[in-house]
Amino acid sequence: MTRRVTLFLYLLFLMLPLYWLVNLSFKGNMEIMTTMTLLPQQPTLKNYAYIFNSPEWLGGLLFSLGYVALNTIISLSVALPAAYAFSRYRFLGDKHLFFWLLSNRMAPAAVFALPYFNIYSAVGLFDSIWAVALAHCIFNVPLAVWILEGFMSGVPREIDETAFLDGYSLPSFFVRVFVPLIASGIGVAAFFCFMFSWVELLLARTLTNNRAISAIMTQAISATGIDWGLLAAAGVLTSIPGALVIWFVRNHIARGFALGRV
Amino acid sequence: MQKSIDNRAWFLVAPVFMLVAFNAILPLMTVVNYSFQDTFSNNQFFWNGAQWYVELLDPRSELGERFYGSLGRSLAFSAIILAIEVPLGMMVALAMPKRGAALAVCLMMMALPLLLPWNVVGIIWQLFARDNIGLFGWTVNAIGIPFNYTNSAISSWVVIVLMDVWHWTSLIALLCFAGLRAIPDAYYQAAKIDGASRMLVFLRIELPKLQRVLTIGILLRFMDSFMIYTEPFIVTGGGPGNYTTMLSINLVKIALGQFDLGKAGAMSIVYTLITLSVCWVFYTIITMREEKEGAA
Repeated sequence: MTRRVTLFLYLLFLMLPLYWLVNLSFKGNMEIMTTMTLLPQQPTLKNYAYIFNSPEWLGGLLFSLGYVALNTIISLSVALPAAYAFSRYRFLGDKHLFFWLLSNRMAPAAVFALPYFNIYSAVGLFDSIWAVALAHCIFNVPLAVWILEGFMSGVPREIDETAFLDGYSLPSFFVRVFVPLIASGIGVAAFFCFMFSWVELLLARTLTNNRAISAIMTQAISATGIDWGLLAAAGVLTSIPGALVIWFVRNHIARGFALGRV
Repeated sequence: MQKSIDNRAWFLVAPVFMLVAFNAILPLMTVVNYSFQDTFSNNQFFWNGAQWYVELLDPRSELGERFYGSLGRSLAFSAIILAIEVPLGMMVALAMPKRGAALAVCLMMMALPLLLPWNVVGIIWQLFARDNIGLFGWTVNAIGIPFNYTNSAISSWVVIVLMDVWHWTSLIALLCFAGLRAIPDAYYQAAKIDGASRMLVFLRIELPKLQRVLTIGILLRFMDSFMIYTEPFIVTGGGPGNYTTMLSINLVKIALGQFDLGKAGAMSIVYTLITLSVCWVFYTIITMREEKEGAA
């Protein structure tokens, strides 16, 4: 009984701020500032209409989705072979390398903001999805390696050896046999790459001319006279991709969050 | 079975190594470079020795005061949120339904805050906690407790701590849930036969099995809370005064706001060294345990 109550209270605590966000997004600014009501008295869609009619906001949304997708592809394609190496072989400096990789996941983004700005400007990538996608690799690649290594170590090594005896080469074994075996692990890693690239603000803001959706929203706050309704609607819209992704990985969430290590 | 020794594995690791090296070593060298130099006018650098470090680590200087102040706040913040999130996350994990549709709904609701862009988390809490338009701020004021996070230090801390608990407790809960699910039913049956109490089952069966996931959870939460930037920046902007100026907010102010490259460089290096050493301790604990389990 107490368990039910704990769980109920916790979920209520999680949902209340979200409910309030949705509630405000359907109100006009006048109503938000003057009355305190649990449901919109004069429901309006004008906040949403504004976003869908503004090229800046819509462009920001597409720009963000662009670098997130690019980052996920880059991270997974370099992390897959590396994770295989870590899970199957011992080689010179493997443990140190693994720790060094992980330490980059933990490095504060604030430290890298300024040098990134200089480097990516110097190579002419500033203000493109490539700059943000590559910069986000610093925390997503180590994470992807860590997750994939966990899932791969769960696959018995005998499978590799049998396949090699059957005449598979390493690349063809990897693509035809191994990748299907760890498909759920790849899904989980992709989910995390998506998640951490999508939620990040500091680097995305530093490396672009306020093109990322998160940066556009932040600008809207610092501008004089905050448009609360608009901000709420933008919050709802930017939450949707995350909710969709959760739906796709719902069966793997628990194991995924344990990084394949349970 | 033992892993085979093969140095050709480096070829598989090379792409990752190069990509991360480009992103980590190059910028870090730039920062080290800045931290030993000073500049008068544009792009005219000269050697400054360890001067910035001396100033940074001297609590009497203006920079030192800012550094130690924000370091203290960052550590306090990490300590508070860990003290709340770890027990709460465990409680939630124990209370979660074991299977079925209820579990799916529960998991999805819990994962939702984790998938929100961090600035949206900030915006949500700003909208939720403001005293004039927010449900939470308004309610607290309505029952007679003065609450305004833009001018009271306590209120601003309540907001950023609550926000982080809201945002990240689910991560701990999901980790623990995954850990609990890995416990074979036989353990519980044995405990039942022995007549063990609920408390004893938790202490002797569940807690030891949770150790591993909890280490990962605490590591992730410590690191992410220690470098937290976006959420407090959006909600409080580091204010009122400097009450919620965390280490990262301070650093960004110095580096990108004032373009004080030397000071920012020295601060970055010290900041990185702190995170690196904590990370190393956790990593050692995790690998030692994995090796012990592998040997057993």
